[in-house]
Amino acid sequence: MFHIYCPHCCEYREEEEFHASGQAHIPRPLDPDACTDQEWGEYMYFRKNPRGIHHELWVHAAGCRKFFNITRDTQTYEIKEVYKIGEQPSVVANSDQ
Amino acid sequence: MSDVTLETPEEQPIKLVENQLPDDNTVGDKVVGESPLHHADLDSIAQKGPQEGGVYFREQKLMGMLTLRCVPSAAQQKTIKSLLGVALPMEPLTSVTKGEGEEAISVRWISPDEWLIIVAGDKAFELESRFHEKLKGHFSIVNVSGGSTIFEVSGDHVVDMLKKSTAVDFHISEFPVGKVVSTVFAKSGAVICRIGEKHFELVVRRSFADYLWLWIQDASREYGLAVKA
Ligand SMILES: [Zn+2]
Repeated sequence: MFHIYCPHCCEYREEEEFHASGQAHIPRPLDPDACTDQEWGEYMYFRKNPRGIHHELWVHAAGCRKFFNITRDTQTYEIKEVYKIGEQPSVVANSDQ
Repeated sequence: MSDVTLETPEEQPIKLVENQLPDDNTVGDKVVGESPLHHADLDSIAQKGPQEGGVYFREQKLMGMLTLRCVPSAAQQKTIKSLLGVALPMEPLTSVTKGEGEEAISVRWISPDEWLIIVAGDKAFELESRFHEKLKGHFSIVNVSGGSTIFEVSGDHVVDMLKKSTAVDFHISEFPVGKVVSTVFAKSGAVICRIGEKHFELVVRRSFADYLWLWIQDASREYGLAVKA
């Protein structure tokens, strides 16, 4: 059993209720027409693939169907923290500080 | 850029779709409401099958279900309370149930901005209309009665049966009466609400109703299953 805390349901639930939706904190450019191809390409396609701390977007798919963020260690799979959309992580990789 | 000019439509009063409920009169060419487990003929099984068992099963047929979505302001909460007769359960995973029979209403928390309202089948349209009439501001209310059905399961072994089907912890200390969860149930999904210590209601998708009925029969076999009409 692998439990994940949903910050909207406010309790731990089984992992099968959740889906990972990739890297968190990727804002859509406010004015896409003003983007260079490189800026748009970075937004659209390029993602981090760190060894260690990673901030990810998850969705409580079978539960409340809300999205939220998880800080996770990609080496150990340990979940360091769970926080709502719009909030900032408190656990960050040394290279990001 | 598009060349199409979008004209702003004139403000129109909300027009409600006509009453979609089947007619009371089931004779002749009138439409007859059939629940998702109609084909299983549960009434006959209830009559001829076992009367006692570790698990009891009943389909609450053709109940009225409304999905309310909004982030209610204090004023909206007040209006909603007057419309429902009960306050919206704002605490995660909680529900409020009031009344009996035709007047019964149950409001279940689904998400921070979503609630499932369950009433008698012929009350849903009326309640939906009153929401459109009285509630102001940003909200959505949709009649979802046709999309789901309600399984009522009870008995001494009901928790044992549920444990085979979902990973949710049903210990009374973790899952008190009134708690409601949307979760994975037998590889499908269900909104599970505890009505009593050994009494649960499962709101399931109508397209999964037959599969889940078969599943529950199988999962209940070792305890003995009795169907209630
Ligand atoms: Zn949740």
